[in-house]
Amino acid sequence: MSERATAASPVTPLQQRSREADRPTSQLALFGPDQPLRLDCGVDLSPFQIAYQTYGQLNPERSNAILVCHALTGDQHVANVHPLTGKPGWWETLVGPGKPIDTARYFVICSNVVGSCMGSTGPSSANPATGKVWGLDFPVITIPDMVRAQAMLVDRLGIGTLLAVVGGSMGGMQVLQWASAYPDRVFSALPIACATRHSAHNIAFHEVGRQAVMADPDWRQGRYFEHDVRPQRGLGVARMAAHITYLSDAALHRKFGRRLQDRQNPTFSFDADFEVESYLRHQGSSFVERFDANSYLYLTRAMDYFDLAADHGGVLATAFRGTRTRFCVVSFTSDWLFPTPDSRSIVHALNAGGARVSFAEIETDKGHDAFLLDVPEFFDIARAFLDSAAAARGLGRTGTAA
Amino acid sequence: MTAQDLTLPLASAGPSAGPYRPDHLLVAQMVEPGSRVLDVGCGEGDLLRLLEGRGVDGRGIELSREGVNRCVAKGLAVIQGDADTDLVDYPDDSFDYVILSQTLQATRQPRVVLENLLRIGRRAIVSFPNFGHWKMRLQLLVKGQMPRTENLPATWYDTANIHFCTIKDFVQLCDEINVRMERAIALDLSGRPLRLNAPWWFWNMFGEQGVFLLTRRGA
Repeated sequence: MSERATAASPVTPLQQRSREADRPTSQLALFGPDQPLRLDCGVDLSPFQIAYQTYGQLNPERSNAILVCHALTGDQHVANVHPLTGKPGWWETLVGPGKPIDTARYFVICSNVVGSCMGSTGPSSANPATGKVWGLDFPVITIPDMVRAQAMLVDRLGIGTLLAVVGGSMGGMQVLQWASAYPDRVFSALPIACATRHSAHNIAFHEVGRQAVMADPDWRQGRYFEHDVRPQRGLGVARMAAHITYLSDAALHRKFGRRLQDRQNPTFSFDADFEVESYLRHQGSSFVERFDANSYLYLTRAMDYFDLAADHGGVLATAFRGTRTRFCVVSFTSDWLFPTPDSRSIVHALNAGGARVSFAEIETDKGHDAFLLDVPEFFDIARAFLDSAAAARGLGRTGTAA
Repeated sequence: MTAQDLTLPLASAGPSAGPYRPDHLLVAQMVEPGSRVLDVGCGEGDLLRLLEGRGVDGRGIELSREGVNRCVAKGLAVIQGDADTDLVDYPDDSFDYVILSQTLQATRQPRVVLENLLRIGRRAIVSFPNFGHWKMRLQLLVKGQMPRTENLPATWYDTANIHFCTIKDFVQLCDEINVRMERAIALDLSGRPLRLNAPWWFWNMFGEQGVFLLTRRGA
């Protein structure tokens, strides 16, 4: 499965990816020395840049903007063809003209999080102080750091209050952070398949992934860029392990069972005899084509550190006290990464704070990944929730003020 | 105690009132516009919709996942939860009204639930089927079997209603736990309110269901 790029071809996928880190195929917001990003670790990140995509039109009242927050390995290409993979946007099921997040009606923003590798400043960006790739010299970032950067972008776009902030998984954590840190700027919040803190279980899985990356000799203590290599095997294994947690036992069984891959009998070897093995290897190898190993370390760490209650004296309800944001919390029955009790505890905290909250648990066997897949019941709920938020904010059917 | 002390003039909740259930219209009339309401056991959200149409800030709790999801898909603020276990999570005085419609008899601890309703809300509106209705009494007397009616068709071994009571029983419980009745209305089989000046025994005999607006005594 090692498909290391060869230096012979004109532009290798790896070179293309490196270029995407600094000069992305996206809109770009540059923040100079006068606007540093205050990080939780105490460092001022400056200068820095945020790569983002927008869809639809901002109305004259600037009241129809929806911010979509992406998950761990997602990016800003939510509803357009991906510049590296050529695949459709990662949330085209939900975002687009006539879709629940209707781009004919709303102005949709999605930015690459800081620490990622698709054009926002991260460990694979060039460090302006040295001219070299940051690597592990990049400061550790947190979910609140990502949200702080997004708020600066939203300021830059001249938007005060967002109609909605929407996201699943790590994106859902950002939604919760937004609602907690900027309650007056979030008219409605749709956190999906997430939690207010990463569980020991999830930290443990992330640690397996990080150790896999760091065990790859090509990782070179995070300085692989200087050696023109990439820890592809390590990152591939990390992705394979993580991918299992995104699915469910039932979904894996339904898709693959014990079927053999292109063969009638086991080979009595360690080849990918089973379809499920072949599938995971493919997931691993296609992931390393588009994602940076160090970014994977930083972003998993950001999720591990997330604990909204701890940031509010240990009482989660305090994080949302007095909020006027409308919430809709969604979980999926077969999600064992962010199981329903995690969502329920968000709901309890919101109720204790007197918030307007809906909570729906969707029956599906698709696991954590369900939020990215075709689950009509989820779409109906997302659409109705956003419709009612838009109506409450006085938006007409076309996205202009009624 | 007589019924007429407790009742107020009631606007018509007759058949002309549209697609809504008569008991819902009755409950909606008890709620002041602009108030905050929690509907416990909100089903598919019919009452909440009626209330929101009248400028009420409504929230709901519903036990069944299907019910919850249908409510949320209507844009209502509803969460999945259980009256017996989840009311404790709400802080004191978080709502102006807490509504428990046709659900009290299905809770495991009706007394605790009732106390919680009046802790969370300044007022509670509770409706329940009256097991003292003459049809119930007659079935038990004549057939010697647990009564079954059009509105309560389940057999004794199938029913979710584990704590049936009569209007008289409920009034007694309210007395015991220091709950004051601001309004009390009994509805007949067709959902119409009974004569306002009827005595309690008449309500207990001919009321198919009771609807009560409650506050804490001394509040």
